[in-house]
Amino acid sequence: MTLTVDIALRRSTLNIAVSFTAAVGVTALFGASGAGKTSVLNMIAGVLTPTEGRIAAEDAVLFDKSAGISLAPPERRVGYVFQDGRLFPHLSVMRNLTYGYRLVPAAKRYVEPPDVIALLGLGSLLERRPDTLSGGEQQRVAIGRALLTSPRILLLDEPLSSLDAGRKAEIMPYLERLRDSVRVPMIYVSHERAEIARLAARVVHIDAGQVSCVTEGGF
Amino acid sequence: MFEFSPAEWDAVRLSLKVGFWSVIVSLPVGFAFAYLLARATFPGKALVNAVVHMPLVLPPVVTGFGLLLLFGTQGPAGRFLHDVFGITIAFRWTGAALAAAVMGLPLMVRAMRLSIDAVDRRLETAAATLGAGRWRTFVTITLPLSLPGIVAGAILSFAKSFGEFGATITFVSNIPGETQTLPIAIYSLLQSPTGDAPALRLAILSVIVSVGAILGAEAVERRIARRQDVR
Repeated sequence: MTLTVDIALRRSTLNIAVSFTAAVGVTALFGASGAGKTSVLNMIAGVLTPTEGRIAAEDAVLFDKSAGISLAPPERRVGYVFQDGRLFPHLSVMRNLTYGYRLVPAAKRYVEPPDVIALLGLGSLLERRPDTLSGGEQQRVAIGRALLTSPRILLLDEPLSSLDAGRKAEIMPYLERLRDSVRVPMIYVSHERAEIARLAARVVHIDAGQVSCVTEGGF
Repeated sequence: MFEFSPAEWDAVRLSLKVGFWSVIVSLPVGFAFAYLLARATFPGKALVNAVVHMPLVLPPVVTGFGLLLLFGTQGPAGRFLHDVFGITIAFRWTGAALAAAVMGLPLMVRAMRLSIDAVDRRLETAAATLGAGRWRTFVTITLPLSLPGIVAGAILSFAKSFGEFGATITFVSNIPGETQTLPIAIYSLLQSPTGDAPALRLAILSVIVSVGAILGAEAVERRIARRQDVR
């Protein structure tokens, strides 16, 4: 499975024009704040529409301006872990985890709740409500929730940025396990070199909305 | 002191019935207005907002007069209801419920709109990326998260309906057993030289219901906000 991205977005504040591919494993989008990294993820997820270009997975075209294709977010099967978690506050951890899982036809599922709960160490949290969790626990639940939709691609938008150093260290092993056990392309946005060095096989450097260079084999 | 006569009981029962049905009728209408005002942008939105809030600031007698013009036996809406459905609401308890619903609508819409505004729309985006379409997102995220405001709006509207006077007496008059609700009964009692004591009984009762409704609305709101899991 490979994701091909070639998109442009013209805005008054910043013009974005990026082109890259993401294979199985972690591809990092690295760049300063405001470089347009999150906008790129939003366009892949379908919550922001590019002005031009094409986004395609091997089995489906998600967006193609010239062909007039633009799948709505629910049809894209793109898992998205937001910077701010965005767990549903009125649902238990378990119901957060299975929110998207229930909407995926059984034939398209490649992970089941017990696997994800074990992978991310969520077993003791299932009955809890999101506001009783620590920041690190919330992000683990958010990762599990996105993963349980059996996505074609998993997007992670600075999932550690709201955590202190101790929490980051706590969650990093889970991210490494995720990378090693889930066979889909993962796009990991960050401006932290240390995180990327540990996780990513490929780094796409984004500078003011453009790809400035791509480095293979991490930093 | 607190022994109600059958006529007084009639007024209390009627007020409860009018309040109940007015809330049932205005819930979907109120929520639709609240959602539209909170989320949609369309030309004339300010005007719609003004019309919904009009009963709050107009003299109630004007609202009642307006209802009479529209829904009276000669009014366009009144004739339509009569000719098509065989329903007459002028001078009936159903008309009292309509007047109460219209008067309670601004309170209901305000409470609901505030709580819809408070729903974090980023959660709806998250639901969309998890595969939920717009309707599912609305039912599973937006609606439960705005539930406290919906309940509070319903209770406030009930309290308003229970005590509505001006628009009701103008629209459906003062017919004991049919349109003589609690406040209208109090007003009638005050017109007679011996009515002070029973009027006071009914007045105290209406104070209890009103205060109870406000306390109830707040308690329900707090309880829902605390609740572990909606489902």
